[in-house]
Amino acid sequence: MKRKVFVPMGIAAMVLYLSVNTPQTAHAMHIMEGFLPVGWAVFWWVLFLPFFLLGLREIQRTTRANPETKLLLGLVGAFAFVLSALKLPSVTGSSSHPTGTGLGAVLFGPLTMGVLGSLVLLFQALLLAHGGLTTLGANAISMAVVGPFVAYGVYRLLSRGGKRQKLAVFAAAALADLSTYLVTSLQLALAFPAESGGVLASFAKFAGIFALTQVPLAISEGLLTVLVWNWLHAYNRTEMEQLMAAKRGV
Amino acid sequence: MGKSNRYLTIAILLVVILLAVLPLAFIHGSEFGGSDDAAEEAVGQLAPDYEPWFQPIFEPPGAETESLLFALQAAIGAGVIGYAFGFFRGRSTKKGRTNEDSV
Repeated sequence: MKRKVFVPMGIAAMVLYLSVNTPQTAHAMHIMEGFLPVGWAVFWWVLFLPFFLLGLREIQRTTRANPETKLLLGLVGAFAFVLSALKLPSVTGSSSHPTGTGLGAVLFGPLTMGVLGSLVLLFQALLLAHGGLTTLGANAISMAVVGPFVAYGVYRLLSRGGKRQKLAVFAAAALADLSTYLVTSLQLALAFPAESGGVLASFAKFAGIFALTQVPLAISEGLLTVLVWNWLHAYNRTEMEQLMAAKRGV
Repeated sequence: MGKSNRYLTIAILLVVILLAVLPLAFIHGSEFGGSDDAAEEAVGQLAPDYEPWFQPIFEPPGAETESLLFALQAAIGAGVIGYAFGFFRGRSTKKGRTNEDSV
């Protein structure tokens, strides 16, 4: 049923997107090392730390209550790991990568995904010079905190009554991806307001670079998340429902 | 897995591939660069005096090493996903069989 909606919707969106966009060279990724002034770098780090600590506690609680879900936890972490390694070409003539945080946020809750997402960012900052340590706080807020919370909220909102699960998962993952890069744009805009137009003008500029490139990738990420969701539903429904029931109880 | 699910899987994979291939087919004269040049450039325009105050501790010496590390990241992740799905699938078929046996 759902694919009848997905495919034409995807094609229509793609056509519209290709027709309104003029190619430009832009590279959409995380905020580069050293590219946030010290004050902002510290601000985002301080904001991020409590989420990380709460996330650690949440993981401990989940694995203690349902020890058999550890492998599933590894799977959602690995999903984020793979997706953020895939730099996909996009319609702006540049490449970016998805975030892969939606799946884990829906299954384990946003706090758990905050920890897993920031571990992915740490790996990329240390080994790949992609993102950075000073900007890790800011990047973690966008990818590991805001993204997962958006995913969780969208899923809860759309899946009410247990219907339209696939659509809810798709929207959750796609919007998590997109919101991550909108936050990145906002973070850069706050740190570097334009001389005329201030933060708003600057935000438009960065969003043009970061968020626009991300649109088709967000769609891809939503679709891939539905794929994994279906497989899980086919082979591991018990644990999935166990986790979601535990979440609803809280 | 049901038949409609299998079709959905194939449809999803096709759309994802299309989304990646279409830009390559339609946009010419771009290298689809992966460095963060444009954002750096934008910062340069907005704040010409800004100097990055911290450098990456370790930077892959070249494109080859960088792609090695990215491939490694994807491979590790894919390995874990493959292991988990193999485990889940094996367990669910085993469970199905025991249920049949007991009936």
